[in-house]
Amino acid sequence: MQKRDLISITDFSKDEYLRIMELAADFEKNPNQNLLDGKVVASLFFEPSTRTRLSFETAISRLSGRVIGFSDSSSSSVSKGETLHDTIRMVSNYADLIVMRHPLEGSARYASEVSSVPIINAGDGANQHPSQTLLDMYSIMKTQGRLDNINIFMVGDLKYGRTVHSLLMALSEFEKPVFNFIAPPELRMPVEYKHFLHSKGIKYYEHTEFTDIISEADIIYMTRVQKERFTDPIEYEKVKNVYILKNKMLKNTKPTVKILHPLPRVNEIHPDVDSNPKAYYFEQALNGVFTREAIIAHLMGLK
Amino acid sequence: MEIERKALQVNAIKDGTVIDHIPAERLFDVINILGLFNSQEMITFGTNLDSKQLGKKGIIKVANRFFQDQEINKIALIAPHAKLNTIKNFEVVDKRVVEIPSEIGNIVKCFNPKCITNNEKIKTRFAVISEKPIELKCFYCEKITNEGEIVIK
Repeated sequence: MQKRDLISITDFSKDEYLRIMELAADFEKNPNQNLLDGKVVASLFFEPSTRTRLSFETAISRLSGRVIGFSDSSSSSVSKGETLHDTIRMVSNYADLIVMRHPLEGSARYASEVSSVPIINAGDGANQHPSQTLLDMYSIMKTQGRLDNINIFMVGDLKYGRTVHSLLMALSEFEKPVFNFIAPPELRMPVEYKHFLHSKGIKYYEHTEFTDIISEADIIYMTRVQKERFTDPIEYEKVKNVYILKNKMLKNTKPTVKILHPLPRVNEIHPDVDSNPKAYYFEQALNGVFTREAIIAHLMGLK
Repeated sequence: MEIERKALQVNAIKDGTVIDHIPAERLFDVINILGLFNSQEMITFGTNLDSKQLGKKGIIKVANRFFQDQEINKIALIAPHAKLNTIKNFEVVDKRVVEIPSEIGNIVKCFNPKCITNNEKIKTRFAVISEKPIELKCFYCEKITNEGEIVIK
């Protein structure tokens, strides 16, 4: 069998997205399955990401796999100057699967060329984080009962936010999505994604104001506006409080709307939203464990 | 006849290849990409020659060397108007233009400083997603290097 990796969201076909959704639902019903019994999974975090690492390691534990690895490159041989090539060559001799997060873009694709075992990209710099996209899709599927005809509002940093780019690509594989982008002018959706949507005949609308236009939404996908993205700190000060979701703004929204956020949040979702049943970001994080169990089972041909 | 009066600016070769219409400032890049600095054959070149098309152009004549398309297409990124004449016994027997290949191997650097290819010893690979203007998508970091950002490795 040919080795399968998950490096970019576009590595999977629409059928595979649906297969992951189906498997994730199965793992949600029955999270503890002995599929990785006797297997070793390497969890290589060349930069810290506690949330993603714990989610993957929980998924591996629930599948009865054993975890080796490191949570930060200062505690590994990388600090002695070892190349990524050598680290991956060595670890792929020990483990049956490698989950990796690395600050450099393209590192996971390169690792997949070097490794003899499957690689799951748990984030390569600002490039890709496909398990996040799949858990976002699972959250949409679970709350809306479909991935077709989704009206999604993406809010915040749409320029650098890799999660919104990948989700846009993935949802574009389904029937008639509608995209609404709400962002300050300096953090707009990049033109190549708008060209992509245009070429597929998919509708999108751009807004700079965060107002009651969200009443149409099936999904409101919030992201963080990060200070370090701005060249001019004054510009950041101007927009930092504009894209904050408050509970009262949800009054006229659909009863079925759900608010997603890849987390961690800073101030872009007011805490008064948390108790609203439309808030879904904490459940979304839990869905990550089931989705990651599904990804592992699928790539390793265990299901 | 006028042709007879016009002296050749670079000597003719008996057998080999003439690469003409190279932008003058890219002449040495072309020599590098084709690995001509290692050649044992006679090579003559000229640069800053007058050209109606390019203003100033470069030309290279390599004796006894005949290039495959895939070899010569490597120079398409920096010399998109280059023309190749194959010479046999002082006669032009074949004329070719360069074509931009669909994939570019280890010639160009990725413009993204955070790309793994700029941080570890890795051969670069790009898909050519647009020819005019040239846009190269890195196989690794997936970022797009535009025509103006192309740097030869």
